[in-house]
Amino acid sequence: MRLRSYVIAAGAACLCLSAAFAQEGPIAARQALMKANGQAAGALGAIAKGEKPYDAATVRSALTTISTDMKAFPDQFPAGSDTGKTKALPAIWQNPDGFRALSAKLASEAEALVATLPADRAGVGAALGRLGPICSECHKTYRAPAN
Amino acid sequence: MASLWAKVLGAGAVIVAIGAGIAWALTKPDPHPESYWAGLGEPDLASGEQLFWAGGCASCHAAAGAQGDALKVLSGGRALPTAFGTFHIPNISPDAQAGIGNWTLAEFGNAMTRGVGPDGEHLYPSFPYGSYARLSAGDINDLFGYLKTLPASSNVAPPHELQFPYNIRLAVGGWKYLYFNDRPRVQLASADEKVRRGQFLVEGPGHCGECHTPRDALGGFQPDRWLAGGPNPEGRGSIPNITPGSQTMGSWSEGDIVSYLETGFTPDFDSVGGSMVEVQQNVAHLPKSDLEAIAAYLKAVPPVK
Repeated sequence: MRLRSYVIAAGAACLCLSAAFAQEGPIAARQALMKANGQAAGALGAIAKGEKPYDAATVRSALTTISTDMKAFPDQFPAGSDTGKTKALPAIWQNPDGFRALSAKLASEAEALVATLPADRAGVGAALGRLGPICSECHKTYRAPAN
Repeated sequence: MASLWAKVLGAGAVIVAIGAGIAWALTKPDPHPESYWAGLGEPDLASGEQLFWAGGCASCHAAAGAQGDALKVLSGGRALPTAFGTFHIPNISPDAQAGIGNWTLAEFGNAMTRGVGPDGEHLYPSFPYGSYARLSAGDINDLFGYLKTLPASSNVAPPHELQFPYNIRLAVGGWKYLYFNDRPRVQLASADEKVRRGQFLVEGPGHCGECHTPRDALGGFQPDRWLAGGPNPEGRGSIPNITPGSQTMGSWSEGDIVSYLETGFTPDFDSVGGSMVEVQQNVAHLPKSDLEAIAAYLKAVPPVK
């Protein structure tokens, strides 16, 4: 009997662990996408603030990163990935269409900016001024303030 | 014997009456006299508009999701969930029936700085008069003048839904006795003009402490944790510590704070989120010198871990 209960307990532990890994998957993936977005915005910000010289390749690469990431981003929120070390709010799963619409809006805005590439420091600042409010619009409704 | 009982009862009644009288005297609505609001002259509408943005009136009083010019339609109607129940934000547009179009300057001023409504009743401190009390009579005159220039709305907000005993307005008098004052929140060593301006903006119209300072069980600020953050009253997550002792913000320079309030980006290019989005978009309307003053003050307050 004793052995059997150990086996059951060990089996239960395995199940819990694999559930934990399954959850960490999408959470880690979406956090990595956001981190890359932050770095891309940071590269644009450094130019806009005059800390780095204007460089067309950097600007194109940063905007492309944001556009690509934001197309993949809303797929990283499968059912069950709402708990754990995440700031994702229940509103994401309650209003998935609204959430997807904002992700798509940022992706297409960034894509449009790649097409008309900002040509100088002021242009990069203006581009950030178009992207930033979409970031905060989404973070207002779908992300909790600090953990 | 009957007369002894009568005496005991009578004495008891007198003691209760005296107690009630003292309690009333300490907690009754206490507006400024009419004369305080007299002779202020023509309002400075530009100053009123700055106070409107600094005060974040639209964050609560405009319709949910309002942007651009719609932020100036103060129709009320948003719900504010709290531990005490749900407050329904009133209409403060110039509409004579649904809004404050028929209010006098004294009525408006006493609501803003004394937490007393036009019928002489206590207002709930969910309306942050505990912060707005730091506005001068002249400030109130300017702001009132500006609000009158905004569009009227006939929207009528539902009444608050509060749990007992918070639904008893008289009890607010007890809260005021314990916590309400217009003194500085912190004593600052620096007498610098810029820091003083920041202190006015943060402690007064900006009412930053209303979210960023943790409260005790009765809803008063914990004075030794001014701006030190705490649980998010609106749900998941927490409100960040914004003192120099903050783990997240302590390392920001004054320039970083100004840039965040201007653009909504943190120094590592995360974006503003939650309720702070509207706050940031409001204060971005202020002159840069005011944002610099706010940053200087936030660097001058006592660091709390």
